[in-house]
Amino acid sequence: MNELNRLDLYKQMVRIRQYEARILQEYHADKSPAWDIGAGLIPGEMHLSAGQEPAAVGVCAHLKKGDAITAPHRPHHFALAHGVDMNAMTAEIYGRLTGLSHGKGGHMHLFDPDNHFSCSGIIAQGYPVACGQAMAFKRQGTDHVAIAVAGEGAANQGAFHESLNLAALWNLPVVFVIEDNDWAISVPRSHSTANTSNADRALGYGMPGVRVEDNDVEAVFEAAGAAIARARNGDGPSLLEIHTLRLWGHFEGDAQAYRGADLDTVNDRDPIPRYAATLTELGDLTEDDVATIAAAADAEVDAAIEFATSSPEPTAADALDHVFA
Amino acid sequence: MTATETPAAARRITTAKAMSEGIALEMRNDPNVFVMGEDVGAYGGIFGSTTDLFDEFGSERVIDTPISETGFIGAGIGAAVEGMRPVVELMFIDFYGVCMDQITNHMAKIHYESGGNVNVPMVLMSAVGGGYSDAAQHSQCLWGTFAHLPGIKVVVPSNPYDAKGLMISAIRDDNPVLYLFHKGGQGLVWMEKNPRSIAEVPEEEFTVPIGKAAVAREGRDVTIVTLSLSVQHSLDVAEQLASEGINVEVVDLRSLVPLDTETVLASVAKTGRVLVVDEDYRSFGLTGEIAAVISEHDPGMLTKPFRRLAVPDVPIPYARPLEQGVLPTRDKIAAAVRELMA
Repeated sequence: MNELNRLDLYKQMVRIRQYEARILQEYHADKSPAWDIGAGLIPGEMHLSAGQEPAAVGVCAHLKKGDAITAPHRPHHFALAHGVDMNAMTAEIYGRLTGLSHGKGGHMHLFDPDNHFSCSGIIAQGYPVACGQAMAFKRQGTDHVAIAVAGEGAANQGAFHESLNLAALWNLPVVFVIEDNDWAISVPRSHSTANTSNADRALGYGMPGVRVEDNDVEAVFEAAGAAIARARNGDGPSLLEIHTLRLWGHFEGDAQAYRGADLDTVNDRDPIPRYAATLTELGDLTEDDVATIAAAADAEVDAAIEFATSSPEPTAADALDHVFA
Repeated sequence: MTATETPAAARRITTAKAMSEGIALEMRNDPNVFVMGEDVGAYGGIFGSTTDLFDEFGSERVIDTPISETGFIGAGIGAAVEGMRPVVELMFIDFYGVCMDQITNHMAKIHYESGGNVNVPMVLMSAVGGGYSDAAQHSQCLWGTFAHLPGIKVVVPSNPYDAKGLMISAIRDDNPVLYLFHKGGQGLVWMEKNPRSIAEVPEEEFTVPIGKAAVAREGRDVTIVTLSLSVQHSLDVAEQLASEGINVEVVDLRSLVPLDTETVLASVAKTGRVLVVDEDYRSFGLTGEIAAVISEHDPGMLTKPFRRLAVPDVPIPYARPLEQGVLPTRDKIAAAVRELMA
């Protein structure tokens, strides 16, 4: 279990937020007509992770090279926290030849084999794949772990339940991470799941389950550390449910009318200013630091956007490649 | 006991045993190969596909899974992307409904979505076909469904030799390969079997290339393009029709993806008459695809209109007269050939 480094956690959260804020801006910047999801430099659906940084940062702080993550349709925070190259990822989001997948995947299908990072746009379906990665790590005699990420809406999928059973049965080094952001698109958790904690469900499959409240990055760090250490030591899988926050819409363009009063307080619950205040109080962070850290993140993001937008687009003929190895 | 030993070349085994021999050879060659599925362990696979593997390799490499197809097919995919070479069995292809997302959205697409950076070298093997009154949910072929979806190689052996050679090729392939074996061609002791489901197979390793059809019988009058158990039926019919002076060529496709159009077109160019025999559903499937391949190449190749024999777009029924009424049986194949020759 890694030592807690508060400043590193803060910096990584800011880096992700500055990235998402810039992608948000770029996504809408040149949509013409503005309502056309398929228009612009970044076409297609866009699911941004603002507010959920504590989940990715708290978990990934314990990972090392060779550990795997399967992320869902909202993957950027886990990708960046796990070391996926920001330039190649951004170029993929822009659909460029220099992207992770040469423009074939897009923002919901980011694959970085070097960092064993992948995602799937089909919720919960990354869970079985993570079980298989964990099987391979175990069979290969490594101490690597696989992290399977999905939202609370995914926890009612069969794939979720099959995977928990398999992982417990075979004592696989997996940590199942549920990001509970209260909303499955427009459906609140209370309308989808009778059980108020997925940690309870984990117990039913014979593995420990922990629910972390308050979107607290240090609490995530602590709980994830225990779960990852347990997997790494060969003691089997765990489930970690993180109560987090969807700061923005399900996807960009989502007016969120369904969210009602929940939206009124959403900015007050933003985990980044809150953590900055905590660190300031502890004497670990000054106002200058806050500005410097944001500026450093912005510079990295600027460079990634510049890399992406100056990269060539694929041609129609490229669509025929890579169906088979 | 006899004093004489049967020479290796004359050894005859069932298709089921040939499949498991192919797997066993690759398991000995490559520690990354392992098998998982329902009842693949001590049972040896419900249709014999993993016969004797458990005794040799044990439960660490021949893994009985829970009834959890999404879970264990997805686990096969995850293991494959991390460098293993899993051979995963889906007991009946009819069970695709409970795991199709893993098959089509993950197994088939990961290589493409990753821009060629991630390989999924896994074999998904599954039993297909009817003829023994197992009815609508345990008798389908469905190969056309999977061949339609980009990213999956689809192989369909018809005999023991090809079963072994295609299995070895499938395991060595860096792509996901769907390996569909017909229950009626396995040579099982508890199901009516064609004599062709037990045949000579070399003990040593050999491969049959994926994407290469075979001319199972040469002829000059009419081409039957077919696959799987229907190859055995078509060969029986060809022998029978030879005595009537009709000389039938039988093309065994062996692979649907990639499809060997050259062998099909060469045969049709020679005979000018074609019958496609397919145990899958008729519409929007293999038979229509072969018709399209011929028409796109040269519609003038055919001296008689294209003919097809397939399941007439009904679920597979239970009662014997009903099921035999819709399957491409020998009598229907013979009748279709005679009509083409009339």
